[in-house]
Amino acid sequence: MGKTLFDKIWDNHVVSTLKGGTDVLYIDKHFIHEVTSPQAFDGLRKRNIQVFRQDKTVATADHNVPTINQHLPIKDDLSRFQVQKLTDNCKEFGVTLYGLGHDFQGIVHVIGPELGITQPGMTIVCGDSHTSTHGAFGAIAFGIGTSQVEQVLCSQCVLQTKPKRMRISIEGELNPGVLSKDIILYIISKLTASGGTGYFVEYAGSTIRSLSMEARMTVCNMSIEMGARGGMIAPDEKTFNYVRGRKFAPKEKEFDQALKYWKTLYTDKDAIFDKEYTFSAADIAPMITYGTNPGMGVEITGHVPTLEEIENPKTFNKSLDYMGLEAGESLLGKKINHVFIGSCTNARIEDLRMVADYLKGKQKADHVQVMLIPGSKQVEQQAISEGLDKVFAEAGFVLREPGCSACLGMNEDKIPSGEYCVSTSNRNFEGRQGPGARTLLASPLTAAACAVAGKIVDIRETLDL
Amino acid sequence: MKKYESFVSSAVPLPIQEIDTDQIIPARFLKATTREGFGENLFRDWRYLPGNVPNPDFILNDTVYGGEILVAGKNFGCGSSREHAAWALYDFGFKAVISSFFADIFKGNALNNGLLPITVSPKLLDEIFEKIETNPKSQFKVDLENQKFTILDTGKSTSFEVDPYKKMCLLNGYDDIDYLLSIQDSIEAFEANQVTF
Ligand code: SF4
Repeated sequence: MGKTLFDKIWDNHVVSTLKGGTDVLYIDKHFIHEVTSPQAFDGLRKRNIQVFRQDKTVATADHNVPTINQHLPIKDDLSRFQVQKLTDNCKEFGVTLYGLGHDFQGIVHVIGPELGITQPGMTIVCGDSHTSTHGAFGAIAFGIGTSQVEQVLCSQCVLQTKPKRMRISIEGELNPGVLSKDIILYIISKLTASGGTGYFVEYAGSTIRSLSMEARMTVCNMSIEMGARGGMIAPDEKTFNYVRGRKFAPKEKEFDQALKYWKTLYTDKDAIFDKEYTFSAADIAPMITYGTNPGMGVEITGHVPTLEEIENPKTFNKSLDYMGLEAGESLLGKKINHVFIGSCTNARIEDLRMVADYLKGKQKADHVQVMLIPGSKQVEQQAISEGLDKVFAEAGFVLREPGCSACLGMNEDKIPSGEYCVSTSNRNFEGRQGPGARTLLASPLTAAACAVAGKIVDIRETLDL
Repeated sequence: MKKYESFVSSAVPLPIQEIDTDQIIPARFLKATTREGFGENLFRDWRYLPGNVPNPDFILNDTVYGGEILVAGKNFGCGSSREHAAWALYDFGFKAVISSFFADIFKGNALNNGLLPITVSPKLLDEIFEKIETNPKSQFKVDLENQKFTILDTGKSTSFEVDPYKKMCLLNGYDDIDYLLSIQDSIEAFEANQVTF
């Protein structure tokens, strides 16, 4: 019987298997950041051990950093301390750090791919659930907890039971105004926030293959939002071309050798998945979420479900209460005060280009505050060199400096309590963007259109199609 | 890690589904660089009203309920991989969480920190909620060694699954690092055979 892409890579990395089925899985690349690593380094110190493979861990500061005046000391004491701690730990243990002020600094899941650190066939982990992003390159990439960060630091391995396999195929051509963000919000709305639990997902089908690398990353990024451990896409010419020539990608002869191996990374025709879904691209419209988990999404022209349409009224009502919405209500036309364009889901250069392109000759509504946060220093530099910052400025958007920002509200970038924010990030949990903040997840195009209109609009109505 | 021993306790019911780790411990409390003290901010935004006033409607502020077991709706611990969620629950005093369904990463994190996630059928979960509703002092027994969860009033008992390796770790107070350090040779041997580019 043939093997799935997932099995091929996983099996290649199993050092040994314990009684009961847990695998000792070898990790090729380990990313760390300031929030989930300090306790792991402490653990090493307590045991008086070193980092086992210093060259396989890369660090950056992203979750907690300010997005203005990054050249100044961080104002918040605790944040400054945490970032400093990362710097000290990296120095003490010999780990490469792309910290604040470094040209490569940025959100960990944005910098890995753009630096060519992320490559097909790898196993990649990070103390962050959106590590699934890297799966877009045909890698097995998943989030881990701090105890496991410590495991990787001291042994380059994690103990992990092998998840089941799921394939989600999307076929056909996308409708105008529909982005990869809409695809994944659509999938999660169908499968629910727990539909993928216990599985590792492979995204396949003609629609997925037609997506750019950036768009594929957006899809894989949100795999965790349906509970899946990770998501991946078989590498193809687009993948190889994206990786080729990047800073840390293999060069010349080594690249050719790698390429030969990468070309074997696909699911065999007769491989079997534990679960399969197929969707048609034609059914996917621009999406928006109304509730407090990413599975609570609808077509932008749709309505909040009615009580008859849902299964658990208690959870549903609590959620609507928090969001200040009524069952059955339509979202179109709802006034919004904030727009957040950023995060590891949608803050790559392609996202910024698309938003800039849309904004040309337009202005944000007066009452809307926009936070536009590039995913990395390189994205920021690229945007400036292409003159996108000017387009943004003319539209009333300010391009800030890179970090996670209002995606999780750990720094000062927060949405005030009770206010609505159309956000390109990945989570609409209660308080995610600040205590009381009401998050509506959408694509960057929809977010930009809402910023201009000052209310929720259907992007398709504003495009010259 | 402490050895995990069987225990009897009342339980705290939280019959809400999809409780994510941002609720268990909001991001703004993740700035600490040690593992201790997170219990103070467990369920912070549900537990306190603006102005740090305890929310009288939240279960952890209701003295009628208490115990070392938390019972919650399905997909508990979804969202962020932050291990701080497990630390906060443990630090607050919980030793087991019962649900019909746990998010993967949370489950692993809990097991790595002496917090036992017990998966029960949706039907039994409802029964446990009802039990606590009728008598908040209802007692339950968690027996890891025999993988048994018992409602003491009725004597109804159910077995639960736990990975054999994890069970061994919990019962003996070992952690994964001890194990991984002990197999360094085979990891090095694996590396020697791995193709790198
Ligand atoms: S941008 Fe948001 S989701 Fe992505 S790594 Fe940062 S906090 Fe996590």
